[in-house]
Amino acid sequence: MTDMASLMEDRAAAKVISDKMQKPVDWDNPKIARNIKKRYAAERRFKMYGLSAIGIALLVLCVLAGSIGSKGYTAFFQTFVQLEIHFDPAVIDPDGTGDPAVIGRANFDGLVKRALQEKFPDVTARRDKRNLYGIVSGGASYDLRERVLENPSLIGQTRKVWLISGDDFDMLNKGYIDADVDESNRRLNDQEIGWYNTLVSEGVVEKHFHSRFFTSGDSREPELAGIWGAAVGSFYTLLVTLTLSFPIGVLAAIYLEEFAPKNRFTAIVEVNINNLAAVPSIVFGLLGLEVYLNVMHLPRSAPVVGGLTLALMTLPTIIIASRAAIKAVPPSIRQAALGLGASPVQTVTHHVLPLAMPGILTGTIIGMAQALGETAPLLMIGMVAFIVDVPGGALDPATVLPVQIYLWADSPERAFVEKTSAAIMVLLAFLVLMNGFAVYLRKKFERKW
Amino acid sequence: MSLSFLLLAVAALCALSFYFGRQRAVALSGGRHSNLHSLPAHYGTYVALWCGMPALLLLLVWYVFQGSVIEAMIVAELPAEITSDTGQLSLALNSIALIAADNGQHLSVSPEVIDAGRRLANLQSIANASLVVLMLCVAVIGISVSYRKIDPEMRARNNVERISRWMMIACSAIAILSTVGIVFSLLFEALHFFSKINPVEFLFGLEWSPQTAIRADQVASEGAFGAIPLFVGTLLITVIAMCVAVPVGLFSAIYMGEYASSKFRAIAKPALEILAGVPTVVYGFFAALTVAPFLRDNGAILGLDVSSESALAAGLVMGVMIIPFVSSLSDDVMSQVPQSLRDGSYGLGATKSETIRNVIFPAALPGIVGAVLLAVSRAIGETMIVVMAAGLAANMTVNPLQAVTTVTVQIVTLLVGDQEFDSAKTLSAFALGLVLFLVTLGLNVFALKVVQKYREKYD
Amino acid sequence: MAVVTQSAMTAEPSVASPKMTARDLNLFYSDNQALYDVNLDIVERQVTALIGPSGCGKSTFLRCMNRMNDTIDGVTITGKVTLDDRDIYDKHIDVVQLRARIGMVFQKPNPFPKSIYDNVAYGPRIHGLVNSRDELDEIVMTSLERAGLLKEVKDRLQSPATGLSGGQQQRLCIARAVAVSPEVILMDEPCSALDPIATAKVEELIDELRSNYTIVIVTHSMQQAARVSQRTAFFHLGKLVEVGETDQIFTNPKDERTKGYITGRFG
Repeated sequence: MTDMASLMEDRAAAKVISDKMQKPVDWDNPKIARNIKKRYAAERRFKMYGLSAIGIALLVLCVLAGSIGSKGYTAFFQTFVQLEIHFDPAVIDPDGTGDPAVIGRANFDGLVKRALQEKFPDVTARRDKRNLYGIVSGGASYDLRERVLENPSLIGQTRKVWLISGDDFDMLNKGYIDADVDESNRRLNDQEIGWYNTLVSEGVVEKHFHSRFFTSGDSREPELAGIWGAAVGSFYTLLVTLTLSFPIGVLAAIYLEEFAPKNRFTAIVEVNINNLAAVPSIVFGLLGLEVYLNVMHLPRSAPVVGGLTLALMTLPTIIIASRAAIKAVPPSIRQAALGLGASPVQTVTHHVLPLAMPGILTGTIIGMAQALGETAPLLMIGMVAFIVDVPGGALDPATVLPVQIYLWADSPERAFVEKTSAAIMVLLAFLVLMNGFAVYLRKKFERKW
Repeated sequence: MSLSFLLLAVAALCALSFYFGRQRAVALSGGRHSNLHSLPAHYGTYVALWCGMPALLLLLVWYVFQGSVIEAMIVAELPAEITSDTGQLSLALNSIALIAADNGQHLSVSPEVIDAGRRLANLQSIANASLVVLMLCVAVIGISVSYRKIDPEMRARNNVERISRWMMIACSAIAILSTVGIVFSLLFEALHFFSKINPVEFLFGLEWSPQTAIRADQVASEGAFGAIPLFVGTLLITVIAMCVAVPVGLFSAIYMGEYASSKFRAIAKPALEILAGVPTVVYGFFAALTVAPFLRDNGAILGLDVSSESALAAGLVMGVMIIPFVSSLSDDVMSQVPQSLRDGSYGLGATKSETIRNVIFPAALPGIVGAVLLAVSRAIGETMIVVMAAGLAANMTVNPLQAVTTVTVQIVTLLVGDQEFDSAKTLSAFALGLVLFLVTLGLNVFALKVVQKYREKYD
Repeated sequence: MAVVTQSAMTAEPSVASPKMTARDLNLFYSDNQALYDVNLDIVERQVTALIGPSGCGKSTFLRCMNRMNDTIDGVTITGKVTLDDRDIYDKHIDVVQLRARIGMVFQKPNPFPKSIYDNVAYGPRIHGLVNSRDELDEIVMTSLERAGLLKEVKDRLQSPATGLSGGQQQRLCIARAVAVSPEVILMDEPCSALDPIATAKVEELIDELRSNYTIVIVTHSMQQAARVSQRTAFFHLGKLVEVGETDQIFTNPKDERTKGYITGRFG
């Protein structure tokens, strides 16, 4: 009844209005035309904001890449100085034993110093001499020893040998030290620059590919420091992370997606996973420090502790990605398997899991890439120590690539800046490879149901 | 025997027991699989599980307790003058560990300590040996018991599936365990800290200088543990980061979602995602070595006194790091706004920007607020950028050109290097960690709620 | 018979001074053609119903008439659509203005998540049609009254529009379209999401609006077409099969396909 009544009223009202003839909008009215112009200007402005936002982001990306690339590419090359080394038997093997142990103990450093003295005989003052020896790195004597141990017939000969230079000298050769600056404000004095110029004019200064950067561990001397130790540490750490987080993550995902009843336990697990995914990484470091080191007394600085910590951190990533992949498998496949009498576990292991595997692997690789770039939690568990040796296992003290970058970035020597940038480039290369592989997997196995 | 060798041995035993379990089932079936309740492989798996699981469980429990049990045994034998002082005790324990690892020849320590070191080495080798023996025993017992149970009538598949289900539940429970682990490890040490320092003083104190307590013999200098300057510093850097990330991220999302051609999107979107994949230590390096000097030098030109560890540098770079986070979250949120609303607005003659500003943005606002809160929580918890680019001194200032310090920076500086778990200095890191955890957790829970509610609205 | 319908068809669309026309309109979604050579005239201050089985292109055609298809990627259109003898696909035509002159009401009520008042005021505001708050109030009131909604909502103009019932929401959308004083209103199955009572109200409203506006309505329901329209066009497989006076189409269709559809043999 009331409905009918209101309908009638509405109609009456509408009649009144429609009698009041509407006047059409005059679109040629100058005020409205101006308004339209203004609206289009606003539209263009707004679009520009969007475009410039993306532009800013991409610009920063370019500046970031450019600044690291331009600072770092020189680190792949190292200055070498060619000196005439007399492999003096009196120094190397005075008794002529030919015993590698004797040769190994010999004072090769003295040979280098002698060669430098011969090159610049007029240097006599003690301080000047020390500066002179700085032309060649302390690591050069190890190279000479290797050389002689490999080829004992060198003993007694005089050879021209390329020796790795010291870091300041290297920086000068790469143009990072400006000779025009006042002497007191640069790392090398006029005399040292004079030596450099002499050597250059003799053509005995060259830049060679710096393979040591890829093969050696950390060092206090920038020219001797390499990333191999950190890379191996990263490898062991990730190995532990992967062996723990992958099976645990996948099993948890399968349970939550396929078997979990809708109960309190499941709800709590889900809430926990979502929140763990957003817990700051440094908190995981505190957890690792307290539980693994203080309670379980696992060895400090060891990849196994780092791996355990990072495993907890990547677990939510893997679980979330795996669940999405499992969810994407259509229910019809499950029904088909169940209909043939397969048990739920068989259905999952024979059908669902193989189909979801590409997605799971993609998620895992992305999680591993995150773990590879993670630094903060590892600082907490002591992976920040200065470690020269390349770790031989997951229980040896080690550091990882990002922590190595952090350590080098904190070092005062100018030469470490290029090492840091170069190490960043190596780390980024690994990340690009991993993410690229993940993208490849996703593209290759992408399936529309 | 090394750990990896032990694990390999267990794996080999499992493989063997799988083989023999399977063989036995086949033999019992008389060659006809249909006589068996389950597939032969199920019987094999059954035996292998009973071989491997108890052994691995034992290993786990052993590793959890070995360290503390052995330490307790060593400490019990040390003379009282060492054990009474915690500082000396931890020093002594360090030397003992070095001696046990055969690295302590150069140490000049008391004969008791050297003795203890030898005893530690001894105990460790005993522990390792007994672990190996015990694990092998457990594995063999597991094999023999389960092997004997094999019978054509036995429901091997159901057994295996039940076990695997419990394994899955255990794996899911690890998510709960790690939360519990975080809460307890933070709470335990934080309570320890609050027994030394009044929590009110910690939360509302205006002065932070823990470093003065570095020498244990300085009785009077307990340091000041007022965390407000840290909170202010964290907030300042977070605000700067948000000033960069929110507008840039939001406008990128709008452009990508509403304006960009699919070709442009195919290039620009992955490029933006690269920003998210760059490790934070790289951003830290960039902030400290490129952005901070740039700001300082340009500030000097303008006559401004910009600190080389300015909050601005750290905040700007952190903002850049968060751009893709904000952009992808708000892109998600805005693409959830139904097409019909857009149609409604276009149908009235609105331009794209009018539709975005007046219809899409207000409709997506709750979701965007949630996304921004998640971004804030990420900025608060970010560590490496501030560790490398922000300062250490706890200045109480909101001037972005000066150096400030943050909660995470302090946690790192307090815990890197020597840690004494009885000094307020070390423990304060855990109290800060607790605050950090609670704040980010609160923000996340709230933000996820908001986003979820928003999603439900348009589903 | 079939020959006769052909010739009748080509002759029929030419109506004296139509408000809108479509000439040889073809539309492609990437590679799929959705409309084939559509020729149709829309008569001023009448209701034209577009009917036909699902997927026949009637909604697509409707969206061509105010260039809503512009917002979809990969759509190409050939042919001509005119409003008052001007090609609306001409590049000098301003889409924004065009859509203000040709309003649209959608299948599902889509009020903005704002207040009832703001929903109606949205159009006049963006187009700058008013100079003062009073004028805006008047437009909002008039439009709501036109849409027959004022009585129901006048005490809660500031409450959210999403709180209205489905039928009220749809009438609000009509009020929203009316508020910019359009000349043509396009309605895309405006009642498909409504219950019978709400449908009856909207149909009443359409009948009222006819005295001021030119209306094109897409509908699934032949009864509705018969009730509200003066002219009816039947679409099939992207082609305009037949158009004419509604009475004639429903009582004496010329094309076999129209007859088949109307008598319920397919559709």
